[in-house]
Amino acid sequence: MHNKTLSELSTALKAGEFSSTELTRHYLDRIADLDPQINAFVTVTEQPAMAAAASADERIAAGTATPLTGIPLAQKDIFCTEGVKTSCGSKMLDNFISPYNATVIEHFNAAGAVMLGKTNMDEFAMGSSNETSFYGSVKNPWDINKVPGGSSGGSAAAVAARLAPASSGTDTGGSIRQPASLCGITGLKPTYGRVSRYGMIAFASSLDQAGPMTRSAEDAALMLNCMAGFDERDSTSAQRDVPDYTANLSGSLEGLKIGLPKEYFGEGLDAQVSSAVEAAIREYENLGAVVKEISLPNTHLAVPTYYVVAPAECSSNLSRFDGVRFGYRCENPADLEDLYKRSRGEGFGAEVKRRIMIGAYALSAGYYDAYYLKAQQLRRLISDDFKRAFEEVDVIMGPTAPGPAFGLGEKADDPITMYLSDIYTIAANLAGLPGISVPAGFVNDMPVGLQIIGNYFDESRLLNVAHRYQQVTDWHTRAPEQFK
Amino acid sequence: MSLTQDDVKKIAHLARLSISEDNIPAYEKELSNILGLVEQMSAVDTRDVVPMAHPLDMAQRLRDDVVSETDHHEQYQTIAPSVENGLYLVPQVIE
Repeated sequence: MHNKTLSELSTALKAGEFSSTELTRHYLDRIADLDPQINAFVTVTEQPAMAAAASADERIAAGTATPLTGIPLAQKDIFCTEGVKTSCGSKMLDNFISPYNATVIEHFNAAGAVMLGKTNMDEFAMGSSNETSFYGSVKNPWDINKVPGGSSGGSAAAVAARLAPASSGTDTGGSIRQPASLCGITGLKPTYGRVSRYGMIAFASSLDQAGPMTRSAEDAALMLNCMAGFDERDSTSAQRDVPDYTANLSGSLEGLKIGLPKEYFGEGLDAQVSSAVEAAIREYENLGAVVKEISLPNTHLAVPTYYVVAPAECSSNLSRFDGVRFGYRCENPADLEDLYKRSRGEGFGAEVKRRIMIGAYALSAGYYDAYYLKAQQLRRLISDDFKRAFEEVDVIMGPTAPGPAFGLGEKADDPITMYLSDIYTIAANLAGLPGISVPAGFVNDMPVGLQIIGNYFDESRLLNVAHRYQQVTDWHTRAPEQFK
Repeated sequence: MSLTQDDVKKIAHLARLSISEDNIPAYEKELSNILGLVEQMSAVDTRDVVPMAHPLDMAQRLRDDVVSETDHHEQYQTIAPSVENGLYLVPQVIE
C-alpha cells in the first residue's frame, strides 16, 4: 500500500480495495518500525488517527468522500492541532498542547483526511538541515548519515521513507523546496497568502507560506486543493477563488517559455547538480518548451536581504514567548525580568537566539534605516527582477539547492555556510512567488531537485509543468532501498 | 560590521534573553559574521527605491466592529504556567 501515490490510494479507497482503517494501521506500523531510524516524527497520534480512519470509512461507504477522505497525512509540528502537542521543534513549546486547530488542519479534517502525527522540524523553522530541532536531527532516508534539509525535514523524510503518502510543510526561505530536493520528493511553496497562516506558528510573517510535500505533482495538486483558500482569520490571506489545481495537469507544454537565470548556474553550484538540471531542461525542450537565458541581476542580494527581514520579523514574532501565558517557564524567577530572560534563554536553542538577536539589533534605535529599511528596498529590487522576467517567460527554472544532501554535522557549526543552502530558494519568498521542487536525478546516489518558479497565483501552471515532466521521467517514483 | 562583547550583552538585554558569560565570545563572533554577510546590502544605491514591506499589493482588511469571538479564557489558561482567579501569575512587579 505504501508504494502507491496519494492519488492511487484515493482511488483504491473508493473502489474498496482496502479501508482507511487498514491503510492507517499500515502506516502507523511502518512508523513504529522504521521511524526510529530517521526521527521524522515528534508525535504519533495513533488513537485519534484510528478514530478518524473509522469515520472516513463510514464517509466513503456513504458516498460523500472527498479525494482526501481516509488518506493518512503527516503534519509539520508548526501547525496548531487541538489537544495535541504542537512543539515547533522547540523546548519552549515542549509542553504546549494547542487549544485550537490551524486553518490548514481544519481544512484537512473537513476533507476527512487522517492525521498520523506531527513531524520534526528545525526549531521554529529556523534551519536548513533539521539539526536545530530540540528533538534531535532528522536523518535522510537515502543515507542516514546525511541531513534531510530543513526546516520541513521531518515532513520530507516521512514522505521519502513512505511513512506517509503526503505531508504539510512551511516555507519561509526554502523550507519546503530545499528538503524536498534533498529527500527526492515534490514540494510546492504557493504564492504568499494562498494558504492561511492562521494557527501556523509564525516565524517571519511577510515570508511564511504553507504548502504540500508529496510524491508527485498530481498529489500536490490534490493537497493544494484542500489547503488553499481565503481565511478571514489571516489578515494577509489572498481574497481569490481557488481553482481546481488538478484540472490542467496534463495540458500541453508546446511553446512554454522557460527562463534560465544565468545567476542560478554560476559559482557555488555543484557541477553534477548543474548537469542534472540541464538534463531536465532538455526534457522540457523535448516536450515543446522554448528555453531562454534571462538575468535576475539582484540575486546575490537575496541572502543578505533575507537575513535582515527574516530575523527582524522573527524577533518581533517570538517576543510572545515570555513564560507567562503558555510554553516553557524557568524555575524560581527572581523578578519579572528574570522570568522573561531565563524562560527565553533556557527555552530557545542557539540558532533561534542568534536570529532573535540579529533581528533585535536590526530594529534597534539608530540602526533601523541601515538594516530593515535598506533590506525592504532591496526586496523591491529583487521582486522587480522577477516582474521583468515574467514579461518574457512563463516559468523560471534552476536548481533548488546548490548541492545534494550534506553530512550531519558538516555545516552545523557555521551559520553562514548553512544560510547559503537556501541561496536559490530565498528570492521567491522575498518576492512572494510560488515555487516547486521536483526530483530531477541523483548525484552520488543522493536525490537532487529542479526548481520551477512561477508568476503570482500561477500554481496551476507550475503543477502542470511539473506533472508533464513526471510523466516522461521516473525520478519521483524512486524510493530509498531500506524503505521500499 | 563587528560587534563588541558589550554590544552582545546590550542586544541580549533588548531581546530579553539570558546568555551565559561563557557563550558571549561565540555570539560576538557569529553575530558579527552574520552582520558581515548582511553588509553587502550597503554597496547598493537604493535612493528613490520604495521599500517593500509585503509581497502582495493589498490593503488591510477591515471588518464591522462587532463581537465575533467567544470567551475562551478558561480553556486557554489551562496551559498557562501559573494562574489564579482567572489571572496569569508572575513575580511581584509593584512593591
